[in-house]
Amino acid sequence: MATTDTAAKPGLLAGIRGSGAYHKLLAFSGLIALLVVFSLASPNFLQTANILAILQATSVNGVLAIAATLVIITGGIDLSVGTLMTFCAVVAGVILTYWGLPLPFGILGAILAGAASGLVSGAVIAKLKVPPFITTLGMMLILKGLSLVISGTKPIYFNGTPDFNQISLGSIVGSVIPVMPIPNGVLILFAVAVIASFVLTRTALGRYTFALGSNEEAVRLSGVNVDRWKIAVYASAGAVCGIAGLLIASRLNSAQPALGQGYELDAIAAVVIGGTSLSGGRGTVLGTLIGALIISVLANGLRILSVAQEWQTVVTGLIIIVAVYADILRRRKL
Amino acid sequence: MLRRTLLGAVGALALLATAAPAQAQEYDIALISKGFQHQFWQAVKAGADKAGAEFNAKVTFEGPDTEAQVDRQMDMLSSAIARKPSAIGFAALDSQAATPLLQQAKDAGIPVIAFDSGVDSDIPLTTATTDNVAAAALAADKMAELIGGEGKVAVVAHDQTSRTGIDRVDGFVNQIKSKYPKIEVVSVQYGAGDQLQSTEITKSILLANPDLKGIFGANEGSALGVINGKKELNSSVVVIGYDSGAAQKAAIMDGSMAGAITQNPVGIGYETVKAAIAALKGETLPKVIDTGFFWYDKTNIDAPEIAAVLYD
Repeated sequence: MATTDTAAKPGLLAGIRGSGAYHKLLAFSGLIALLVVFSLASPNFLQTANILAILQATSVNGVLAIAATLVIITGGIDLSVGTLMTFCAVVAGVILTYWGLPLPFGILGAILAGAASGLVSGAVIAKLKVPPFITTLGMMLILKGLSLVISGTKPIYFNGTPDFNQISLGSIVGSVIPVMPIPNGVLILFAVAVIASFVLTRTALGRYTFALGSNEEAVRLSGVNVDRWKIAVYASAGAVCGIAGLLIASRLNSAQPALGQGYELDAIAAVVIGGTSLSGGRGTVLGTLIGALIISVLANGLRILSVAQEWQTVVTGLIIIVAVYADILRRRKL
Repeated sequence: MLRRTLLGAVGALALLATAAPAQAQEYDIALISKGFQHQFWQAVKAGADKAGAEFNAKVTFEGPDTEAQVDRQMDMLSSAIARKPSAIGFAALDSQAATPLLQQAKDAGIPVIAFDSGVDSDIPLTTATTDNVAAAALAADKMAELIGGEGKVAVVAHDQTSRTGIDRVDGFVNQIKSKYPKIEVVSVQYGAGDQLQSTEITKSILLANPDLKGIFGANEGSALGVINGKKELNSSVVVIGYDSGAAQKAAIMDGSMAGAITQNPVGIGYETVKAAIAALKGETLPKVIDTGFFWYDKTNIDAPEIAAVLYD
């Protein structure tokens, strides 16, 4: 786990100066507690290969949850992150496999498709005043349908682009330090986290993201172009979903057009476990990252212990409620 | 502090849940399936558990919520490998996605048995599955018998890309073409195994072909859709279904469905675990283990050998 700590450090430093530092320490100790419990319960848990598998399993949900965090801090919600991820994966498939263009076009295409879709959602929400829940619910279905349409309702394989699966499965770290074959997908997750954390805590976009969630009217009255910033937040979140699309497609070596619905709920669960408020104005990327790790550590650990699947689901639900309730208790005390 | 205590409590709960089955069993076999809560997969699980009890093996069974969630299945497979089981049973959702993980299992010396669907890999020692082509050909024979050897028939299937979709349609259509020259397959349509979509498809086929004599619904959802469409139009077309489930069994009992092909999901689970144990004992396995299929209708639905493979 030493690698996780160092990689997350920039976000941690930025985060502690922010508001939710105390909560993150709580969430972090929750994560550590889970790791300790599972390590004691099974000798197979704390193995390099298994820790890498957990990180690998976190990469897609983690990136999606970061996208959701950006939107949720503004007081909005994005239900389309899962199907947008799929849509971007399919776009990459069309560009690389159907059109046969080189790899960079596929990567750029997926991220741009995500940003464009976010731009549309943001514009509908900001300009047409359709509530975010409804807009992104609609987008979720539109994108689900479009993925099936442009893929021809079948998976697109990336067999013609042999380097494509290196995005997720290759290991730059492993080629330098052979004992630590951290998959690139995990590095990408941490890179996205560091950049998103920087944007939220150090840039105008970040300041307005929090301001929109705290008191949108006050921001508007102080003469700020609220619509423009809101659209920018949704477009950024969309671009992040594009990265998630590349990660999942690369991991499976295929774009699966029917996948994606339901993934938004896991992403939102990671966000709330990480202490971001669904009513907006408060939240951190590091918290979300820890939330996503808690979800995958839990799933992996319970599987390693051979807990029946129906009970795994029950325990995950309990953890979500317990985590958020602990946060409420803490806030009441302060 | 409180939060830590609560998390600790939940952790302890998780431990308690596992403590019960942790008896000394000779083998530990992890089955990663295509689904979990669907009745078909629960029947596979029942068969696997039966073999587990018989051969003194601990058997775990997991599968994603929908058959689209290929990445969730990969997470399940990699957790299973990390657990270091004696053997793994795997029903691939995507024939390619698991290749790196299967290699990992092989490198760790964990034998892999494929079930239900094969994979594009020679790592699995065998595949325990239904011969869908032969099963659908039997449906064609029964259809010919029921409609008197001539007339128009149609097929409502689940999809044109999955192995089972392709095999069942081909098995049915080719059998009709080669053995029953007086029967014409006028339409083959796909409703994604969705009951409502298959209902609409069935109605349009029936409206377009008033003289249609029979429809074959190629999986549970398709077959139920065909029955719905038939009922909504008050048609008397002969319907043959596939698999079972409470609704399909009821349709057979009330006569709206003539009969259906059932796979042997219990047998798939049983044979998978049995093959895993055989592999662990160093026995050689055939390339494919045919788990069998049966025709059932009103007359034999309660017979013990049929009732045992049907599920609700």
